[in-house]
Amino acid sequence: MTDRTAPTAGPPGAGHRPHALPARVLLGTAAALFVLTAATVATSRVEMGAFNVVAALSIAGLKASLVALFFMHLRYQGRFKAVVFATSVFFAVLLVGFVVFDTTQYQPDIRAQAARTRAKR
Amino acid sequence: MTTAAAGTAQGPAAESYLHHGRGLRSWLFTVDHKRIGIMYLALIAAALFLGGVFAMVLRMNLWWHGGGLVSNDAYNKLFTLHGAVMVFLFVIPGIPAALGNFVLPLQLGAKDVAFPRVNLLSFWLYSLGSALFVAVLVVGGVDTGWTLYPPYSLEGARGLGILLALAALFVVGFSSILTGLNFIATIHTMRPPGMGWFGLPLFLWALYATGIIQIVATPVLGITAAMGFLERLFHLGLFMPEYGGDPVLFQHFFWFYSHPAVYIMILPAMGIVSEVVSVFSRKPIFGYRFIAMSSIAIAVIGFFVWGHHMFVSGQSKWASLVFSFLTMLVAVPSAIKTFNWLATMYKGAIVLKTPMIYVLSFFAIFGIGGLTGLFLGSLATDIPLHDTYFVVAHFHFVMVGSVLTAFLAGLHYWWPKMTGRMYGETTGRLSALLVLVGFNVTFIPQFFAGVAGMPRRYATYAAVFQTNNRVSTVGSFILAAGLCLAVGGLLASLARGRRAPANPWGAASLEWSAASPPSHHNFDRTPTAGDPYDFSGLRLVSEEAGYVRAAGEAP
Amino acid sequence: MSTPSGGEAARGVAPRPRFLAEHFESMGAQLDTSTMGIWLFLASEVLFFGGLFTAYGVYRANHPELFRYAQYFLDWRLGALNTLALIASSLSAAWSVRCAQLGQRKGLLAALAVTFALAGVFMGVKYLEYSHKLHHGVAWGASYRASEEILRSLPEAVRGLPVPDHMGTFFSVYYLMTGLHGIHVLVGMGLYLWLIRRARLGHFGPGYYGPVDAVALYWHLVDMIWIFLFPLFYLV
Repeated sequence: MTDRTAPTAGPPGAGHRPHALPARVLLGTAAALFVLTAATVATSRVEMGAFNVVAALSIAGLKASLVALFFMHLRYQGRFKAVVFATSVFFAVLLVGFVVFDTTQYQPDIRAQAARTRAKR
Repeated sequence: MTTAAAGTAQGPAAESYLHHGRGLRSWLFTVDHKRIGIMYLALIAAALFLGGVFAMVLRMNLWWHGGGLVSNDAYNKLFTLHGAVMVFLFVIPGIPAALGNFVLPLQLGAKDVAFPRVNLLSFWLYSLGSALFVAVLVVGGVDTGWTLYPPYSLEGARGLGILLALAALFVVGFSSILTGLNFIATIHTMRPPGMGWFGLPLFLWALYATGIIQIVATPVLGITAAMGFLERLFHLGLFMPEYGGDPVLFQHFFWFYSHPAVYIMILPAMGIVSEVVSVFSRKPIFGYRFIAMSSIAIAVIGFFVWGHHMFVSGQSKWASLVFSFLTMLVAVPSAIKTFNWLATMYKGAIVLKTPMIYVLSFFAIFGIGGLTGLFLGSLATDIPLHDTYFVVAHFHFVMVGSVLTAFLAGLHYWWPKMTGRMYGETTGRLSALLVLVGFNVTFIPQFFAGVAGMPRRYATYAAVFQTNNRVSTVGSFILAAGLCLAVGGLLASLARGRRAPANPWGAASLEWSAASPPSHHNFDRTPTAGDPYDFSGLRLVSEEAGYVRAAGEAP
Repeated sequence: MSTPSGGEAARGVAPRPRFLAEHFESMGAQLDTSTMGIWLFLASEVLFFGGLFTAYGVYRANHPELFRYAQYFLDWRLGALNTLALIASSLSAAWSVRCAQLGQRKGLLAALAVTFALAGVFMGVKYLEYSHKLHHGVAWGASYRASEEILRSLPEAVRGLPVPDHMGTFFSVYYLMTGLHGIHVLVGMGLYLWLIRRARLGHFGPGYYGPVDAVALYWHLVDMIWIFLFPLFYLV
């Protein structure tokens, strides 16, 4: 029925030494981000049609992951915060994805109606 | 007073939170979650009253099929404001803000919520949002329906009202987000020793699930309100076809929030039901884990069904198919909860006090409300029922019949803890009965009117619907009487009610080991949690002294 | 209230830390809870911007030629400069947290100041971009009325092409998204000023750095959003 296990103990009190990110991790992440920015610009110069957007978003996604994992220390700290963030991204993607899907699906109806209106004039 | 010492984690005669600090400033600038909860309660009750007054005018206008009590234009403004005030100022914030704020830290044995100043900010934002809605009235109202659909709502002729309404939505939305954030952080990180996740009272599971929705869904309302506001001022061309925009986009945004919002309304209500049904059946809740997990399931699945409000909007048929199918899914966890509650009552020792009567009403009303939702979720049956009174009846069954009855159950249940007074039981029971009868007489005829084809949001209607409308109007007066009696009875108890013991009901969750009312900091020492549904260690000393832990029993 | 009494001190109980709020048991608990709080807030921000990304997605999906054309009104070099500035400011923000955790007071102040300055650079460039466009009538929605001059200044690739419909809608989405982002940058600058003031008063150190961490997390999200805005508006 109800569970009596103690909760995971809160983090230690006043004596706790904070886990500071090593300088090389911070600098390395920044360097990677600069490189990926250059990559974003470079790939945008290559004409790939609709795939340009996919490529740009993929690189942006990778950059955002680096910021989240390292600068925001998600990699080192608490699975739950990562779950919180991933959940928000999931629902944002759901919103964008489904609405864009739906809107492309009903465009033919709109165009047909517009054509009918023009024909009437 | 010896009763204070018995069975409480409180020293004798500690000053209650009501007397800790005097004067208006000590209330308006408080960070005490209990005072914030009381202030919310006052404003929320005022919102219920305001929305209720609008409702009564609507129902009276509907007595005559030709209308005439108010102009048709005024009628349109009244149903818009009735909806907006009730939804945004009463049903959505109601239970979390007024009851949740008070009870949550106490149920965790904590001194306050995680972010007390953010809590105060939430309250101020709610107050500002309420003021903005009142301002909408002052400038002449809006007649768009509470859903504010463009292009109509964003035309210049709507005046200042729509801008104020959108601003109000934005502000009240942030209040909600911050409350949800506070509750999740508190439940997550401030549990006492002995309280694992499956040791939480179910009210807290409910508030946690509600918080998820508040954080994920409400920002979309915020950005939609902002976009609408700017569209109206600057003709951005996002929603208005004449500037190149798409009005269906507004509906997608609006319902992405507003459907999950109905679960913000019902989940806390269900949390209260879980508490009350167990305590007043003197039996541990049946299927604790199922109920807890169902709360999360409802919160999550609730995000996948928003398009069932848009079957006739022009959205694609694929969207309609997907949303209709998923809507059937969201009924399952609610049904699981209902069966578990009923199983809790089976072979229990039912105590028919006011909270329990409201909860029994809830079962009947929520059952009907939920089942009628299936007709609306089914694509084929929704098409003829859309925008008829069937819809109106359905959502009043779940929002009023369910959320309001649960709110009243919770209010009576926690009243002794909040005020230190017992409400009058006879008045309470009578009010519950009047609410039950009045509610059903008001809204059942509306199902029939809707199936027969009466459209919603019409100031006048075909004569064939008049009988249904008249019965409904009579019911609304009974319901109003019940509500007035409930509020009157509670207020009267402040002056004349018997002093409440710490644990009048024999409940086992931690709030009942604080004094009634609690001191400023709730508990002197963090209590150790036990099973919140194990009543075996409690025995009734007397009506005046309430229940105490039997000697030798661990809390 | 658990304010330490003379009796507690006499029993060897440590005095309550200065920045430990009344309702928390320990600094560690306070830090853990406040970090959770900021992440929950960031989750709401993701959804807040999510609505605008949806608007972008909808209009781009239905008018792809509009976005490909209108993109040339934006100078990708300024966008790239802003991207680099924000990435660098994210580095300095993360660095400020590290300094606080290690008790490096001077490093902390420098890192906070650099973050503020780089944010200022971002806003400066933004101001240049906006004022140039608005000067030439490149505004939102129905107010879009691009001047001949700016149309003539478009790159070779698009100069002669017929102007697509709904230019106003593109710029509505552009100003909304970059504008809301800009507002978040300004708020961030305000927060960094607040941190600088507190850092100078010596509030932060290994035992207490929650606010530095929280503001940095906010700032990283602001950076992340720009990481998406840059290619979506300037490059593709």
